[in-house]
Amino acid sequence: MTRTIRASCLLLALATSALLSGCERPPVNSVQHGYRGLGMVEVYNPRILAAQAANNQVPEALPPANPDGPKASQVFKNVKLLGNLSVGELARNMVAITNWVSPKEGCTYCHDAQNFADESKYTKIVARRMLEMTQNINANWKPHVAATGVTCFTCHRGNPVPKNLWFKTPGPDADSRLAGNLAGQNAPAVQVALASLPNDPFTPFLSQAVEIRVVGKEALKAGNRQSIKQTEWTYGLMMHMSQALGVNCTFCHNTRSFAQWDSSTPQRAVAWYSIRMVRDVNTAFLDPLASVFPAHRLGPMGDVGKVDCATCHQGAYKPLYGANMLQGYPELAGPAAQAVATPLAAAAPDGQSDKVLVFFLVGRSDISADALRAIALAAADITAHPGQQVDLSGFADKTGNADANLELAKQRAIAVREALKVAGVSDERIHLKKPEFVVGGTEADARRVEIALAK
Amino acid sequence: MAEYQNIFTSVQVVGHSYPGVPVDGGRREREGPIVHSRLLGILGDAQLGPIYLGGYGLAALICGFIAFEIIGLNMLASVHWNPVQFVRQLFWLALEPPPPSYGLHLPPLNQGGWWIMAGFFLTASLLLWWVRMYRRARALGMGTHVAWAFAAAIWLYLVLGFFRPILMGSWGEAVPFGIFPHLDWTAAFSIRYGNLFYNPFHMLSIAFLYGSTLLFAMHGATILAVSRFGGERELEQIVDRGTASERAALFWRWTMGFNATTESIHRWAWWFAVLCPLTGGIGILLTGTVVDNWYLWAVKHHVAPMYPMIFSPVVDPASLLGAKP
Repeated sequence: MTRTIRASCLLLALATSALLSGCERPPVNSVQHGYRGLGMVEVYNPRILAAQAANNQVPEALPPANPDGPKASQVFKNVKLLGNLSVGELARNMVAITNWVSPKEGCTYCHDAQNFADESKYTKIVARRMLEMTQNINANWKPHVAATGVTCFTCHRGNPVPKNLWFKTPGPDADSRLAGNLAGQNAPAVQVALASLPNDPFTPFLSQAVEIRVVGKEALKAGNRQSIKQTEWTYGLMMHMSQALGVNCTFCHNTRSFAQWDSSTPQRAVAWYSIRMVRDVNTAFLDPLASVFPAHRLGPMGDVGKVDCATCHQGAYKPLYGANMLQGYPELAGPAAQAVATPLAAAAPDGQSDKVLVFFLVGRSDISADALRAIALAAADITAHPGQQVDLSGFADKTGNADANLELAKQRAIAVREALKVAGVSDERIHLKKPEFVVGGTEADARRVEIALAK
Repeated sequence: MAEYQNIFTSVQVVGHSYPGVPVDGGRREREGPIVHSRLLGILGDAQLGPIYLGGYGLAALICGFIAFEIIGLNMLASVHWNPVQFVRQLFWLALEPPPPSYGLHLPPLNQGGWWIMAGFFLTASLLLWWVRMYRRARALGMGTHVAWAFAAAIWLYLVLGFFRPILMGSWGEAVPFGIFPHLDWTAAFSIRYGNLFYNPFHMLSIAFLYGSTLLFAMHGATILAVSRFGGERELEQIVDRGTASERAALFWRWTMGFNATTESIHRWAWWFAVLCPLTGGIGILLTGTVVDNWYLWAVKHHVAPMYPMIFSPVVDPASLLGAKP
């Protein structure tokens, strides 16, 4: 009897340790960020976070250089991108880039030591294109990178080749054997967080623009032909995003419905732009470099290493926890940022009115399709003028309870603010301004929000 | 007290081998030697055999073996016949159904043809085994409750791998054979159709699943609790007063006013168990064929409640003018 008990205790201990071997040690912290009872919770393991924090140290910005003196293009040959900087500013940028990208290899990783203007090293051609890419991201992808922006360090972190890149794989079709077709999935793939999901979600979604959305918009069957297999590909991409950012599904999605936008978190819109940004980076900047790179830098299919979410994020919800390195290096913010001096009056659509009106239905504060269009136009104007502040004033008609109307006007202004944020206007630029007469009239005109450029 | 809480039988009575009651059809129905095992006696009856295999049983085993081999050898081929990788990756490996592009047509072997073949033999094996169960119950003069309970499980299996794919017009809709892959398939199924938890038949199925465990716990505990009075010998006691059976019934009458009878508790248990796959199968069959998004269905029919907004409403960037595609 004792022997049986001893044997079963041993078995139990073995089985328990086998079951627990894949688990993380408690305690973990969970942070609620949605309505109670809906499982809108982020789970953080403090030990993993502590290990990660060390990898997200931001290097201190170099002391500012003297902007005066001759332009770099007048002194040096072959300065194609940063020629309008002073010599001192150019040198400062080059030192910073060397620190970020090739701290061990130094200037000669890209430059010929005898002749810095020489173009024979492929790394120099790539570096110049990457500078353009950085400027493009910072200028044109604000809905994703906001004012924080990116620098070379965001991806490189001291490595000449960023750590997290992906290459195209031969794919399941190249497999012409008689049996054992895994259909591009069913292997413990790190790309999809060791799930058995399709293990190359990058080619279709981050290089090509294959439809990611699979869930139908109607309750009953209405022509949505997306299959479960297609869903597994989307699922694989989402697993990658979740792992790359160190977050749960609930960082962006509501637990009840992954598809509904109205109950998603604001992060989902930011992530939506990220997918488009990564596609832009991969197709416009990286793919064309295939002929520049030497063969040993190319993947098995002859393509260049491409970016995914992990390339910048590296396990953090924001790369470098949202530290604004770009502030210290305005040259990387792109041509748009250098045009701050554009007179704002010219920005108004008709040259006279500097207000955009957004209208609402009776008693409602949700954004209609027409309102969205007006907001998108306003957002395009505002993002084209960095530094410009915006005032939002909400109004309501006078029918009904006065207090309720005041609150309604405020809710309308808040709704417009959120829509502007989604469209890429940063929070700190938007100010809610209570107008002198909130309530007035009974016409549709009264139910509005005014977007005005602050004087 | 302690011995009633042990999951093992602690006292074993060793008797003569018992070949079982004679039934019509002669001696050939039971084969093999009779063995007594102390280890088996810890879990159940110590006597092993004789066993009835029969034509249907043999055919079921052969079909099951073929399906098992097709699946296993495909998995082994997928790791290039490397036994170490086969063991390491076993939980991830799978035999996938054909890509949706093949519809209901027969695909090449390595594009899902193997899957169809494995599915055919596995289904044949299950159905033959069902016939065997039915016939054995009849041979013993029993009711066929076990066979019909098994049929409920087969129903769910056929809905997932046969009926629903046919209604959807694609074998690609079916479940892969594999441990993690079929779990990922399940999650993808729920994601694709807008959250299966809003499917009322899925709700029923869960209720019957959990209900079954509750009933099983109540019944098992009650019988164990009266086994000191010989409670496991239900039929001898059913007509008498003051027996273990009556105490078991009284216990529940006193604690909750109502009690099942020795017979009705088993009817309850049977229906709960059988309704779990029956309702689940209906829920799966309606998904994609009738309902495309269970969350929206639940909103439409006021099943899904609305919760206060915590975040300001987020707009779909794809609907914004000038959004990059």
